[in-house]
Amino acid sequence: MSLMKSPQAVAGAAVPRTAVRARSGMRAAGLLGALALLLAVLVLSLAVGARPLSVGQAWNGLLHEDSASYTVVHQMRLPRTLLGLLAGVALGLAGAVMQALTRNPLADPGLLGVNAGASAAVVSAISFLGISSFAGFVWFAFAGAGVVAVLLYAVGGGRGATPARLALAGSALNAALYSYVSAVQLLDTASLDRMRFWTVGSLAAAQPSTVVRVAPFVLAGLALALLLARPLNAMAMGEDAARALGARPARARIAAIAAVTLLSGAATAACGPIIFVGLMVPHLVRALTGPDLRWLLPYCAVLAPALMLGADVLGRVLVRPSELQVGIVMVVLGGPVFLYFVRRPRLARRPRGGAAA
Amino acid sequence: MSRAPRFATVRTPGGMSFRFRPRAFAVSGACLLAALGLGVLLIGSGDFPMGPADVVATLAGRGSPADSLIVNEIRLPRVGTALAVGAALGLSGAVFQSLVRNPLGSPDILGFSQGAASGVLAVVVLTGGGSVAVASGAAAGGLATGLLVYAVAGRGAAHGQRLILVGIGVAAILTGVNGYLLTQANITDAARAVLWLTGSLDGRDWSDSAPLLVALAVLGPLVLAGCGRALRMLEMGDDAAHGLGVPIERVRTIMLLAAVLLTSLAAAAAGPVSFVALTAPQLARRLTRTTGPNLLPALCMGAVLLVAADWIAQHAFAERRLPVGVVTGLLGGGYLVWLLVTERKTGRI
Repeated sequence: MSLMKSPQAVAGAAVPRTAVRARSGMRAAGLLGALALLLAVLVLSLAVGARPLSVGQAWNGLLHEDSASYTVVHQMRLPRTLLGLLAGVALGLAGAVMQALTRNPLADPGLLGVNAGASAAVVSAISFLGISSFAGFVWFAFAGAGVVAVLLYAVGGGRGATPARLALAGSALNAALYSYVSAVQLLDTASLDRMRFWTVGSLAAAQPSTVVRVAPFVLAGLALALLLARPLNAMAMGEDAARALGARPARARIAAIAAVTLLSGAATAACGPIIFVGLMVPHLVRALTGPDLRWLLPYCAVLAPALMLGADVLGRVLVRPSELQVGIVMVVLGGPVFLYFVRRPRLARRPRGGAAA
Repeated sequence: MSRAPRFATVRTPGGMSFRFRPRAFAVSGACLLAALGLGVLLIGSGDFPMGPADVVATLAGRGSPADSLIVNEIRLPRVGTALAVGAALGLSGAVFQSLVRNPLGSPDILGFSQGAASGVLAVVVLTGGGSVAVASGAAAGGLATGLLVYAVAGRGAAHGQRLILVGIGVAAILTGVNGYLLTQANITDAARAVLWLTGSLDGRDWSDSAPLLVALAVLGPLVLAGCGRALRMLEMGDDAAHGLGVPIERVRTIMLLAAVLLTSLAAAAAGPVSFVALTAPQLARRLTRTTGPNLLPALCMGAVLLVAADWIAQHAFAERRLPVGVVTGLLGGGYLVWLLVTERKTGRI
């Protein structure tokens, strides 16, 4: 009976197509709007600080070498802003990819211990091997993040995994890794003094050289994540369906884990473990774009840095003349959001397709 | 997986009867003996080593004055604190794991330890107070966190999964808050706070552990005798337990309150020692080979674990004495990974 299509069915198929076209137009417009928002936050991040600048002054300082605010903008604010941009992109995308990969709406590289894995590796590198440059410890961050990502996927991915199980496994790993981090810090008070700011997640110590070094990793991760949109979309329907649609689940899975490792390792090495960005942004975006990763991922890549820089600016304003680290602002903002998701009754009971949510 | 447990029954002429599992009692007794034995070893070790026989003699009051000073005034309080903290953590871990029906549902994962830590950090950073202030800070922080988690999880807190997830969220928030408090301290206070946050037994005397000992003496029998049976029935599900006459909400509230108090006071005495509450009930369950909450074996196992970890912490790295929390963290982390991998197959996590 499916061979014979009634005229209504054919006509019915045509209506959604124009609807889809209209929707993708709206999504593109929304993406432009998000970009505008990001730009606004970028300018704000250049202007706000211990010495407030007007937008015009910040702009002048950015462009003209003889401007009075050139030093402030170029030495202090620009590296910090760019680092926030990169870290935001990385964490937002890592969260979105993890949520799609594990089909778990609670996945977040910070909450699940991937960032803690990177921290543990970085702390060991600082303390035992005396490595203090970013170029040195970024590799340790990748190694740490990679090990945890694989372990988590082995435990919490696949069939029959509930969001609660993955979150629990992740937070248990988090606890183990943090007890290791504080153990190392105890044995080495000098490095504690440096690391206690790093382990809460801060952009304040941003150096131009860090920005230059972290950029290639984030860009590589970005490209990999965007390429994964299609296979991960297919995998949202289940392994068998994905295979039938021509995706290669095994390869996509490895690539996704690699992307998560690259992104969260780079972000953690650059500014310490920051949680909840990867959780909040994809959920917010999903409400705007729907589950299609081809739109969701670019939106995340734009809105996550906006959130990150917004939180950083907020941290600079809230407790003048001191400032609040971005990781702490994010926890205070993100914690309630997490609790809100947890309270929704259908979450805890059964596994649910993250992308199909 | 586990064999049907064998029961032994004692009947009195008056018609009273008492049914128990010999294996569970044997395991508890063995753990208790091991804990005491390790405690004697621990008392005997240090800069001024003593043989176990001397230690026992001194404890019994037949030692020289110098020995008596070292044993009774310096080392006994430390070992006593270790035993009490371990017992409290083992018991509260068993209660939590039974209530949320999940082997990972221990107080350090659910945020109560972090809450106690926030209380202590606030006291240390803001007032620089002494041990009484620190203890009350820990208890207040832990209780406030418990109330918060319970309130946010809502009436459906019956739903173990949601309680866990809310706890994880609250723990994450509090970790951030703790990090912030740490950056606000000067470096001396920060080093002290980090040492406390890891869990350490250095320099503990009876005044540190007194609140915990009182709590153990009161809450221990209450939990073990008063609610152990109800807890076992709750594991069969709320409906079944209700049908068997268990006042579900009341039992759950009492148990949560008792477990949170024990955790907080243990944290006040020695810092949030990680993973003892997670591993002790699991190991006890494997040894007794019975289902159910295994409260008494878990309590004894917790004491063994903490004393053993402290012994390792003092001896493993010859010139360097680590805080006990580092050893439990590292060993517990390894055990946890193993648990995650094996329990995945049975689908219990």
